[in-house]
Amino acid sequence: MEKLSEETLMIQCAEAIVEIKDGFVYKRRIEKRYRVKEIDERIRRERTKSEAKIISEARRKGVPTPIIFDITDYELVMERIEGDLAREVINDAISERIGEFVGILHKNSIIHSDLTTSNIIVSTDNIIYFIDFGLSFIESSTEAKGVDVHVFFQSLRGTHESYEQLKRSFIKGYRRTFPNASHVLKRVKEIERRGRYVERK
Amino acid sequence: MTLILGLEGTAWNLSVAVVSEERVIYEAESTYKPEYGGIHPREAAQHHASELKNVVSRALRGAEGEGFSLEEIAAIAFSQGPGMGPCLRTVATAARALSIYLKIPLIGVNHCIAHIEIGRWQCGTKDPVVLYVSGANSQVLAYRFGRYRILGETLDIGIGNALDKFARYLRLSHPGGPKIEELASKGTKYVYMPYVVKGMDLSFSGLTTAAKDALDLHQHKKEDICHSFQETGFAMLTEVTERAMAHCCKDEMLLAGGVGANRRLQQMLKTMCHDRGARFYVPEAKYLKDNGAMIAYLGLLMLKSGDTTPIEKSAVNPNYRPDEVEVTWRDVE
Repeated sequence: MEKLSEETLMIQCAEAIVEIKDGFVYKRRIEKRYRVKEIDERIRRERTKSEAKIISEARRKGVPTPIIFDITDYELVMERIEGDLAREVINDAISERIGEFVGILHKNSIIHSDLTTSNIIVSTDNIIYFIDFGLSFIESSTEAKGVDVHVFFQSLRGTHESYEQLKRSFIKGYRRTFPNASHVLKRVKEIERRGRYVERK
Repeated sequence: MTLILGLEGTAWNLSVAVVSEERVIYEAESTYKPEYGGIHPREAAQHHASELKNVVSRALRGAEGEGFSLEEIAAIAFSQGPGMGPCLRTVATAARALSIYLKIPLIGVNHCIAHIEIGRWQCGTKDPVVLYVSGANSQVLAYRFGRYRILGETLDIGIGNALDKFARYLRLSHPGGPKIEELASKGTKYVYMPYVVKGMDLSFSGLTTAAKDALDLHQHKKEDICHSFQETGFAMLTEVTERAMAHCCKDEMLLAGGVGANRRLQQMLKTMCHDRGARFYVPEAKYLKDNGAMIAYLGLLMLKSGDTTPIEKSAVNPNYRPDEVEVTWRDVE
């Protein structure tokens, strides 16, 4: 992460450059030289479109996400959410509300795919926003939802001392909004035993 | 000096090698070639059974020819899995017999991890993200907290299997990969193929179907189809590998497995690594395909950390996952 000035912030990710300036977030998917143009352009275009679609779909179902102002071939222009990363401010009450929102996403078969406390913002007016749907997809399987929840637990474990308590709060919220929660939580235990997904630093 | 005899025969290549701490001393192999179609597990196992005595003898005599005494062999290592059941059982039986007869320890090794460790050894890379691609396997792995973790993998068939299936459809003989590569190098036009990356996972079975349709329904040139097949499948693999490198903050990458011999795949990975300031490593082709040296070498590492396999725990496991293995021979980070 590189801070250029008070107003502009640039973040380089594996597949995109995110620029924050003047209250807007510009996410541009960058060209990959290793793949042929036909694939590169198609994938960047498809993913940009699908990300925008899922962000809007999530908001329609009641999960706060940034408003999208513009979408071009490879770029999304979104609302900038002012606030703190959940990673910095999470407590039991916040974790429970995160659980409720993830429950809503899963009830609607929206898989975030990168649910970490760095991709959730608690805004200055105390709304919990979900950001970075870059890897998201629509799928109804228990496995996909289980992996989603597992990734979230891993991000808690890596960075928060009160991990167990935060996890319990999340589950409370998740069960409240998602009727199929028990199935998924059972699968999460199985996924943990496989030990497959690594902790995020 | 500690010598290990390694036996590999998880699929179509039966390979036996003698390895020391310093080098691969001698390798002998015998390859099963199906008369038509793909690998028939029972026929491959029968091939291994009839060739084992000969291949083991050649490896042992070869080591003697290099000036080593057979007394110096400290353990027998064999592939415990993953692989084709009948092939695994045949080779495991030979390994147990040798261990009992020579009164030296038996070491059951994980075939995937053997690919990784020989690559690290031969290339001198310390802590890479690994792309392991073969007929049956396609995985992205990295070492963390005492195990090789699988960060991404195929949800259906391995990339090699996808290539082989299409090669059979073109009536090319096994193995099809190199023949597809040859055809692809003459292709110029990109034909649409499904690009399926889900989070960190991949799917290749749709590629084979799309390639068949491109041939039968749309009458594209087979050179163009092979080109498009490779470009799509390899771009998917490269993308997931890059994402794993970003995720784990690692700046080394190691290619392993038979499909790793494909020059276009190597080129794509090299470009990706270059563009992110990372180093790309690939061992010689003979250590990319299934080989006895890698089994012997991992056996050596395990023996040194006191990790041997009693006979009663030496049953084969055709679905043996690399993340089931507790890594005893590396420093925990």
